[in-house]
Amino acid sequence: MNRDTRRRILSHVVITLCGMAILVALVPLVLVLFHVISQGISSLNFAFFTEMPRPVGEPGGGMANAIAGSLIVTLLGAVFAIPIGVMSGIYAAEYSGTRIAGAVRFAADTLNGVPSIVIGVFVYTIAVLPFRSFSALAGGLALGIMMIPLIMRTTEELLRLVPPTLREGALALGATRARAVFTVVVPAALPGILTGILLALARIAGETAPLLFTAFNNRFWSTDVTQPISTLTVQVFTYAIAPYEDWHRQAWAGALVLVMMVFICSLLARLATARMERMQRGG
Amino acid sequence: MTLVHTSVPALAVPPRDAPLEPWQRPVAIDVERLNFFYGAKRALEDISVRISSHLVTAFIGPSGCGKSTFLRTLNRMNDIIPGTRVEGKVLIEGRDIYAPGTDVVALRRRVGMVFQKSNPFPKTIFENVAYGVRINGLTRSRAELEERVEESLQSAAIWDEVKDRLHDSALALSGGQQQRLCIARALAIRPEILLMDEPASALDPIATQRIEELIYSLKSSYTIVIVTHNMQQAARVSDRTAFFWLGRLIEYGATDRIFTNPAEKLTEDYVTGRFG
Ligand SMILES: Nc1ncnc2c1ncn2[C@@H]1O[C@H](COP(=O)(O)OP(=O)(O)OP(=O)(O)O)[C@@H](O)[C@H]1O
Ligand SMILES: [Mg+2]
Repeated sequence: MNRDTRRRILSHVVITLCGMAILVALVPLVLVLFHVISQGISSLNFAFFTEMPRPVGEPGGGMANAIAGSLIVTLLGAVFAIPIGVMSGIYAAEYSGTRIAGAVRFAADTLNGVPSIVIGVFVYTIAVLPFRSFSALAGGLALGIMMIPLIMRTTEELLRLVPPTLREGALALGATRARAVFTVVVPAALPGILTGILLALARIAGETAPLLFTAFNNRFWSTDVTQPISTLTVQVFTYAIAPYEDWHRQAWAGALVLVMMVFICSLLARLATARMERMQRGG
Repeated sequence: MTLVHTSVPALAVPPRDAPLEPWQRPVAIDVERLNFFYGAKRALEDISVRISSHLVTAFIGPSGCGKSTFLRTLNRMNDIIPGTRVEGKVLIEGRDIYAPGTDVVALRRRVGMVFQKSNPFPKTIFENVAYGVRINGLTRSRAELEERVEESLQSAAIWDEVKDRLHDSALALSGGQQQRLCIARALAIRPEILLMDEPASALDPIATQRIEELIYSLKSSYTIVIVTHNMQQAARVSDRTAFFWLGRLIEYGATDRIFTNPAEKLTEDYVTGRFG
């Protein structure tokens, strides 16, 4: 065998291995999707979105309260995390060389690695115990705490990609530093920041652990943020570990709705970014 | 390049009534013994120069000799680079811009700057030109703002090309158009002095020619300082030329004389293309 043939064979082997790795990586994803869809679709009907859960033994009903609750809690988390995440991201990018920025970055990365159940316990002690009540607000707080490092890091990274010449252009026109940042640098990075926020939302919408003892659960329709609230994830969890066949079917439907919500969020992120970038480029 | 002076077009020959040497004209910028440091490294050594008002002054010299650094000391753009230090004085209208208490924002409003690589904001053409006017609160009504934008685009010789697409993105313009837009943006705040750092270095010959014509038409209203690598360009557009070498100002005088009869050997070697 000459060298050329050997090289060709080696190259084929390596490429085949890479292809197989991709297959192995994709198989679980496809299986999960297939399983959730095939199990969930049969129990998913219009009533699932509009009706309340029924008592055990009574078939039918839906998760209207949990769907609304998930939206509310995720939204609360976003309201809480977006300003803090974006602002601290701006700070870290602007003063990137300083010790404070380094500390902030380290704190964000650590927070990102903290198991979500720990964040749940933490919020339980600061926002549930003092008020002697689980609440949607506490759930939103827990989700918000998880979102902050995600939003902060993407904001910072995207701001650093903005060419420094843009900032100089603004300064040379008599802009102050803050003005240059908020009127030129941040808008230039905005499409990417928006994507980051939507992706963070998608990730956080599927969290269960931090909600277990913050938002807790609620069998009734509730939009009162100071009261316990039902969420899809907690509802799926509750139904899945219950001993009733009927609830298991409902749990699968809930899981399917969750997957769809995450999917829509990611899709929106893509569309919004593409659109904003087109507007900036003027193509 | 050896015969650079014979290829100088008529445009560069100073009008007969223009005094030849810099010190015979009103002074716009008076630099006294300026030293500049990036950390411990001295990038400019003891530079003294008087830049005449309403003329075009060109800075030439080999790469890395400090032309950009010097230009950026004139509107304190170097302030934003950490670890830099300035010694000496830069007087504009008799006031030292490095004196404590100087309003840097107000200074940059009076000393505009155009960068080597065009840097339009990712906004519309209109918003690009309106930006400086808005943040400095220079107009009182929308009508006045629109008028100012049109006027600036006209001065920058780009109005005809963009008047029907003012609300399209500036990033869709060609490189040469983007650079003229950046000039319009700088003119919109009506500076007294315009600093240009190799404004045409990224452009093709036709776009370059348009920028040069533009510079020529602007000099009756502005004091212009331009950095260029292109010696024919310096000869074509400028009245005065300053030759820099390793952070020092080697020679400064009427462009015509610098190119035809330099006093220094270094200058002669450089303008005749023997090095650099
Ligand atoms: N931000 C910086 N930090 C440290 N040193 C710098 C910095 N900018 C420039 N210098 C150094 O200062 C010297 C002068 O640089 P400058 O950019 O002013 O040269 P120039 O004459 O404009 O060159 P060119 O014609 O290539 O643009 C060079 O030796 C360069 O390496
Ligand atoms: Mg330069």
